[in-house]
Amino acid sequence: MTESEKKSSDLASRYMLDKAKALGLETIWDHYEAMLPQCGFGELGVCCRMCLEGPCRIDPFGEGAKVGVCGATADAIVARNLDRAIAAGTASHSDHARHVALTLLAVAEGKAPDYKITDVGKLKQVASRIGIKLDKKDNLTLAKEVALAALEDFSRQDVNIPLTWVATTMTPGRIEVFSKLGIVPHNIDANVSEIMHRTSRGNDADPVNLLLGGIKCALCDYAGCHIATDLCDILFGTPKPVVSQANLGILKKDAVNIAVHGHNPLLSDIVVDVAGQLRDEAIKAGAKEGINMVGICCTGNEVLMRKGVGMATHSVSQELVVMTGALDAIVVDIQCIMPSLSSLCDCFHTKLITTMPIAKIPGATHIEFHDDKAVESAKKIIRLAIEAYKHRDPKKVDIPDVKQTAMAGFSLEAIVEALSKVDAKDPLKPLIDNIVNGNIQGIALFAGCNNVKIVQDQNYLAMVKELAKNNVLILATGCGAGAFGRHGFLTSEATEEYAGPGLKAVLTAIGQAVGLNAPLPLVLHMGSCVDNTRAADAAVAVANKLGVDISQLPVVASAPEAMAEKAIAIGTWAVAAGLPTHVGVVPPVLGGPLVTEVLTKTAKDLLGGYFIVETDPVAAAGKLLDAIRERRKGLGI
Amino acid sequence: MKDVFIELEKCQGCKSCELACAVEHSKAKTLFAAISETPLPRKRVFVEYVDGKRFPIQCRHCEEAPCVAICVSGALSRDESRALVTHSKERCIGCGMCVMVCPFGVITREMGSKVITKCDRCKDRDEPACVESCPVGALVFTDMEELEKTRRRGVIKNVLIGGFKAS
Repeated sequence: MTESEKKSSDLASRYMLDKAKALGLETIWDHYEAMLPQCGFGELGVCCRMCLEGPCRIDPFGEGAKVGVCGATADAIVARNLDRAIAAGTASHSDHARHVALTLLAVAEGKAPDYKITDVGKLKQVASRIGIKLDKKDNLTLAKEVALAALEDFSRQDVNIPLTWVATTMTPGRIEVFSKLGIVPHNIDANVSEIMHRTSRGNDADPVNLLLGGIKCALCDYAGCHIATDLCDILFGTPKPVVSQANLGILKKDAVNIAVHGHNPLLSDIVVDVAGQLRDEAIKAGAKEGINMVGICCTGNEVLMRKGVGMATHSVSQELVVMTGALDAIVVDIQCIMPSLSSLCDCFHTKLITTMPIAKIPGATHIEFHDDKAVESAKKIIRLAIEAYKHRDPKKVDIPDVKQTAMAGFSLEAIVEALSKVDAKDPLKPLIDNIVNGNIQGIALFAGCNNVKIVQDQNYLAMVKELAKNNVLILATGCGAGAFGRHGFLTSEATEEYAGPGLKAVLTAIGQAVGLNAPLPLVLHMGSCVDNTRAADAAVAVANKLGVDISQLPVVASAPEAMAEKAIAIGTWAVAAGLPTHVGVVPPVLGGPLVTEVLTKTAKDLLGGYFIVETDPVAAAGKLLDAIRERRKGLGI
Repeated sequence: MKDVFIELEKCQGCKSCELACAVEHSKAKTLFAAISETPLPRKRVFVEYVDGKRFPIQCRHCEEAPCVAICVSGALSRDESRALVTHSKERCIGCGMCVMVCPFGVITREMGSKVITKCDRCKDRDEPACVESCPVGALVFTDMEELEKTRRRGVIKNVLIGGFKAS
């Protein structure tokens, strides 16, 4: 096995890693190597840095310190650290959501002329769901009411009124469970703030109480994610199936290549539109093929889902795009952007352009993105990229010839639309019938990141093959969906190759019904990581139709290569929603035996969902299949 | 012959060496599994702290080892070929005489037993676990000659090339 094979399963990544080595360029894998061995106290979660009497760490072997300076036990410390990770994830998703809500409000008030209500149907659907009367209101009035309702979820002070985006989107059974446990959240910001408060020195020291607080905060993450998805669909359109391409081979030698990287479609959607308008300027600069927009990470998923923009790469391999020497600009907004991009861009002509006031990187060019002047900001960014193109060194251009077809755009609405071709009156019926008759054994959602500790994409690939073979319908979001895209799993061919007979028959029937003349892809790409609520909505719809709760459904989730705090928040609300949730990286909780017990066992009694920690992907798939079988048995199917 | 030496100024007190030592002497040899073993594995390196000075120390594997001299059961002995003080768990009677005479206080006991345990210089490894785990290089595994040479060259660097800086 070569060195690059030990780092990534992806051919393009391996090619670029070999090149990095030859050129002496450092990547995340080198930085990781230099970091080894990583601190065992940190790995176990027993390190506390929350007051100036620390830092404290508990000896897991029982010889040294048994409690922190203040007397906090290992379980209290682990639970506090976990809570703070959940709060950070929640803050990330919901700050993103707030930004979108404020923009929708600005659109409604005529203050953001470059944005518009693209999907009126979705606007009405969301408005009805949250209890806004449609009457004969015009679209902008309705948009304003929806935006204000979303912002209310960030500002409500009455603790007895639940978050609108939890109360109106979950099953009645879930709401009952949350109420019993006292974890119904009322205000997203207040709950993030509450976590920071209760975990600070001298407050909550009860590990179970801390975990319940963390789960309540994770439900705020769920609400934030859901708001972001709903409102982005309203502003930019609800995704429909689209065929595109994935991997570094989508970069073009004769085009100005611009990557959008990060998470916020408020930026990327506009930049992609404006790039189309400035095509001639690029050609004038010598780029025969104009401008080639590509995506990295989840903002890439956003423009893939809605505009068919190709995916260059995701997550752990983001640096490698720069090393092609063909990337003229990398335009970043928020989240998952590695600061190392800056020094790598210095080795090439690539412009790193930061755009958001809360995410600047030394060495980058900062062009602040203003919602009220979105097109103007976007033009400035694209022109900078065209200028950079003129300085491209053709000798350094090295684009690996690796790309795959990738079908995406499977919002829940798109899936229901496809199912309606099979049964127009009752679209969910064919899905439910096939789950009941066993053609589809269950549904698995793959979400989350890549993680440098795991050979890139290895866990995704091993697990999906196992599950698909056993007739499990696969949904994916975020960098997980990106991983499947790179390896050709978002295609009909993958269904032919890997799906078990029942699953293949169902995907083929739907594919035929929608006129695809081939099966639906093996993995249905549902969107960015903030779009995980699309999958939750699917589970809620099925549960409500069957008159059961999500915690009874043969539906599971997995983040096999999780990296970000956001993934911890999502995983926690997936557990709260009642899903057996697999994590393929050991999270920093094992130092707290009670916390570990609660997350992996007690949670099952309290919530129905629970965490499964398993680093071996084949064993993990086996555990998820067991969970699916157990639930089928419970339902008597 | 290599020994574990301590760079006195470098230790940050993180205790990574203590964890690595316990893990190396566990059954599973992984941190996540080792913390739930019965009995728990014991570390044989100790990070001590007095008046702002941190100091990781383990058995110095003395040439004229007081522990070997006092051991009545022959459990402690010198392995001259590797210049180590070795300990036989089977022979040890748990009298604790060695603990009393060790000038460094680095002999400890197995969990739940009187039988002693101490640094075995990680007999299954080329580089001891404590040395490998140290994030700042405070523990080094080297020949005394090499160490001295590095020190001498450091003097040249500081005094003759860099100029002596009085602190």
